[in-house]
Amino acid sequence: MQFMLLFSRQGKLRLQKWYVPQADKEKKKITRELVQTVLARKPKMCSFLEWRDLKVVYKRYASLYFCCAIEDQDNELITLEIIHRYVELLDKYFGSVCELDIIFNFEKAYFILDEFLLGGEAQETSKKNVLKAIEQADLLQESETTFASSCVKLIL
Amino acid sequence: SRAGFTGPENLSRVNLVLVKHYSQTLYTLYIRSVYHNLSKEAEIKRINKELANIRSKFKGDKALDGYSKKKYVCKLLFIFLLGHDIDFGHMEAVNLLSSNKYTEKQIGYLFISVLVNSNSELIRLINNAIKNDLSSRNPTFMCLALHCIANVGSREMAEAFAGEIPRILVAGDTMDSVKQSAALCLLRLYKASPDLVLMGEWTSRVVHLLNDQHMGVVTAAISLITCLSSKNPDEFKTCVSLAVSRLSRIVSSASTDLQDYTYYFVPAPWLSCKLLRLLQCYPPPEDGAVKGRLVECLETILNKAQEPPKSKKVQHSNAKNAILFEAISLIIHYDSEPNLLVRACNQLGQFLQHRETNLRYLALESMCTLASSEFSHEAVKTHIETVINALKTERDVSVRQRAADLLYAMCDRSNAKQIVAEMLSYLETADYSIREEMVLKVAILAEKYAVDYSWYVDTILNLIRIAGDYVSEEVWYRVIQIVINRDDVQGYAAKTVFEALQAPACHENMVKVGGYILGEFGNLIAGDPRSSPLVQFNLLHSKFHLCSVPTRALLLSAYIKFINLFPETKATIQEVLRSDSQIRNSDVELQQRAVEYLKLSSIASTDVLATVLEEMPPFPERESSILAKLKKKKGPGAVSVELEDGKERGELNGGADRGGEAAIAASNSTPSPSSDLLGLRSAAPVGGPAPSAGSLLVDVFSEAGSAPPSAASEDPAPPLFVCKNNGVLFENQLLQIGIKSEYRQNLGRMYLFYGNKTSVQFVSFTTTVSCPGELQSHILKCIPSLTHTKPVEPLVEGGAQVQQVINIECLTDFVDAPLLNIKFRYGGALQNITLKLPVTINKFFQPTEMAAADFFQRWKQLSQPQQEAQKIFKASHGMDTEVLKAKLLGLGTALLENVDPNPENYVCAGVIQTKIQQVGCLLRLEPNAQAQVAPPPPPTHTHTHTHLCAHALDSHTASVCPSLCGSHCITHCTHLHVITRYCIYVKDPHRVGSSKSH
Repeated sequence: MQFMLLFSRQGKLRLQKWYVPQADKEKKKITRELVQTVLARKPKMCSFLEWRDLKVVYKRYASLYFCCAIEDQDNELITLEIIHRYVELLDKYFGSVCELDIIFNFEKAYFILDEFLLGGEAQETSKKNVLKAIEQADLLQESETTFASSCVKLIL
Repeated sequence: SRAGFTGPENLSRVNLVLVKHYSQTLYTLYIRSVYHNLSKEAEIKRINKELANIRSKFKGDKALDGYSKKKYVCKLLFIFLLGHDIDFGHMEAVNLLSSNKYTEKQIGYLFISVLVNSNSELIRLINNAIKNDLSSRNPTFMCLALHCIANVGSREMAEAFAGEIPRILVAGDTMDSVKQSAALCLLRLYKASPDLVLMGEWTSRVVHLLNDQHMGVVTAAISLITCLSSKNPDEFKTCVSLAVSRLSRIVSSASTDLQDYTYYFVPAPWLSCKLLRLLQCYPPPEDGAVKGRLVECLETILNKAQEPPKSKKVQHSNAKNAILFEAISLIIHYDSEPNLLVRACNQLGQFLQHRETNLRYLALESMCTLASSEFSHEAVKTHIETVINALKTERDVSVRQRAADLLYAMCDRSNAKQIVAEMLSYLETADYSIREEMVLKVAILAEKYAVDYSWYVDTILNLIRIAGDYVSEEVWYRVIQIVINRDDVQGYAAKTVFEALQAPACHENMVKVGGYILGEFGNLIAGDPRSSPLVQFNLLHSKFHLCSVPTRALLLSAYIKFINLFPETKATIQEVLRSDSQIRNSDVELQQRAVEYLKLSSIASTDVLATVLEEMPPFPERESSILAKLKKKKGPGAVSVELEDGKERGELNGGADRGGEAAIAASNSTPSPSSDLLGLRSAAPVGGPAPSAGSLLVDVFSEAGSAPPSAASEDPAPPLFVCKNNGVLFENQLLQIGIKSEYRQNLGRMYLFYGNKTSVQFVSFTTTVSCPGELQSHILKCIPSLTHTKPVEPLVEGGAQVQQVINIECLTDFVDAPLLNIKFRYGGALQNITLKLPVTINKFFQPTEMAAADFFQRWKQLSQPQQEAQKIFKASHGMDTEVLKAKLLGLGTALLENVDPNPENYVCAGVIQTKIQQVGCLLRLEPNAQAQVAPPPPPTHTHTHTHLCAHALDSHTASVCPSLCGSHCITHCTHLHVITRYCIYVKDPHRVGSSKSH
């Protein structure tokens, strides 16, 4: 996988993960182009499209689009299920996840993604194992600081 | 379990969750900034204020504690993720890395993963922190550090950790989770900097991770193994049997056996896909037992597709079908099991009618590759009706595109008419985005499978009628070429185009074709009063004022041809030419044509006119320019059509022989006035000297030579390249490699151009240059990667060309040539080509001019036997002075004129520049014409320098001579006696100027 983008129906980028180095300018260009392309597609259309020399696999969950760019030899359907498994992980961790969870707990969203996918490849596909790793980290966090509240509450 | 996102999407739900988690201020801000976009300015203002605040905190006198630092770094990240640029805080984030509090460290790493782009100063600090965490033996810290390396993946990180990570990966006491991270971290480093990840003892142990008990470890490790195997297949080939047995265990397990690795009743779908993918790096297993087991697995997977689903959830069917498609890819990759191929095809056939759009899309895509296999081509063809239906009814343009690609791929002589007709009718409503490609495909199929040419002409004219705007020049040039080359279709073409022009509104491209064809062959239909010469002319001229300048120019040429064909139209046409709107046209080209044609028609005799305006000679045979165009446009569907192309083409244009004659005719018809008159100068490539499939490369290698060497040649370098620097190094059906090189002193630069001759992209395209044996110490090369894109993209698009630069430094003299190895996948099959790079010692020659006295004085000085190499040889061709001279100059030496008293002889001088020494060489070539009459005694052909090698003080030096005298230097003379004398100057800073000769 070359990159994964999460963006809202309004085209706001919510999470970005690049597995192949890109210049900042290029990242912005890619994001703009892809968000436009995907948002323009109708609901019943197929989840795959050719884009530049990559294959794009996307799926919409409520107000959020999950969009992965994979290489020619990669498997579209299994990528679709990578997206789904990630959503399940978020859902399980946050308890009925919604877009706001990802906005305000972005660091958790990144940590969960890193446990699940690394370098663009599935690292651990067991839901239990991924969540166990995250929970362990949370325990460390609880024990080491008296400020148990989420860091995000401090923002802005 | 239904994920929260799958719930009904509306604001009220968002509200609910919001109240649960977040404060009112956040909510207001969020709603304002995201949903209403009303106060974008307010948001920016707010954020700028916050940024200023953070900046002041960071710059303040009071040292911040870890907690505050974390807080502000986290805020910066949040602001960045909202889409604002962040240009500070990096240092604070790096500081957090060395905190011993987990959350601080974690936020520090996150900031770096998201925001750091190998900023070299920081990277050193980051690397230090990572090093500490890697050696901390705390698995949580180790994983954080590994994740960071995997996320950033910069070269500096590879330099620092490429040695350490393999050790962590295979150490016996490493925790599973750390192993998983280490494997994928190493993969990222290997992809970014393959040269820094050295194979070693760990590689064999990595392969055995396929046997690991922990499924997560296998899942992570296999991605690494697949990547390593694709680059070094031999080193990892033991993974095949391990992968097969692992796959077999998963495929045969019950859906509950694998516990949490079962996904919606499908056992380990990700791992299964990765295993099947790994196997695609290799040919079918040779071991019968392994192969049997694998075939069994593939059959089981195909069988399972027929079983009723264990769940109605789309996740179940997706996971199951993901494995199925990967298995089909493997079957196609092997392309050796007819039974499996046909089963795969039938399975895909079922999917063609599936209610899931995704499956229909993938089935169409996958069938495209099946169509190119001889075993399944027929089976694919049976689905033609379904595919045509898809083209007509699919609502998603990307699916229709796949259907069009598949139709193109499955087309052959038996179904061409049907497919072309369907594609034509689809064109009437096709999306604008794909029309041009469709037009090209129709044009190619029509030409390729034309049995009767009236059908071909009809098709192309229809094409112009339906989608005139999308018919590129190549297409209408091509129809004219074909009509001109086939006299049996000319009458029909004239009649049809005449009829088509009757339409009140016809496309300008139709006018062009009409003008050209009637100008050439209007006489063939002039007998019919309904298309008498004047009717034809009036019809053409009725379109004139609607057309653009180039078309008008073409029409004017058609008119002058009419004057020749039909003298009765002369007066009318002259009047038109004489009118102010022509003869005083503000466009210089039109004006000139009008003036010249008018004059020509008034002063030239009928005979002269007939000669000047003679019918166009046939075009030389060449590859369809349309195909080249499609290749440029890239068409994944063009697969099979490509390979047969060569044999099909001949038939169409009346065979190669005729093409040859045509070429001669064209070049003989002195200034070829007719071709210029018709204003087809812009079409020069159409009639140009057949550039063939490699047309992309042709301009680069003007002296590409008529016979490129077929493959890797035997001796040091392909003989062709000893005396020249540019040309085609290699060519087969898929790939053409051109070479251009330049040398100065002991340095050289070689440009390699890899041209993909097919229309399908090459995947995993890699090249490596190696110097076998002791050559390594004799030549130094640095090889920047393929330069067409950064970073190296392992893809070479169909019809595309990529360039690679190789820098060469000659350290000391050498005999062997470096090897170039090219690997890529074409339609799934691994291609592996090894060539010798044409680097020979003579490339480093610097020519030296010297006078006769000087030359012979030096010649005599070099009288030691080991300073001389001789060779006498006979060559098959006659002696041509110019050829010989060119060869000697090509060798790189200076050809000294008027030096040798015998005018028959040639003498040359040059200095071979290497890094550590210079080798001065004097060469004398004595052609021996008598020997032709009286064959010389047998030893003529022996290498008389052999004794030289034995006695040479420096055996390397001796090797200079064989490569100089090598018969490949000069092959075209009858009998030659080459004597080379040389001396070596060792470059020694302490003895500047002193020369030492052995």
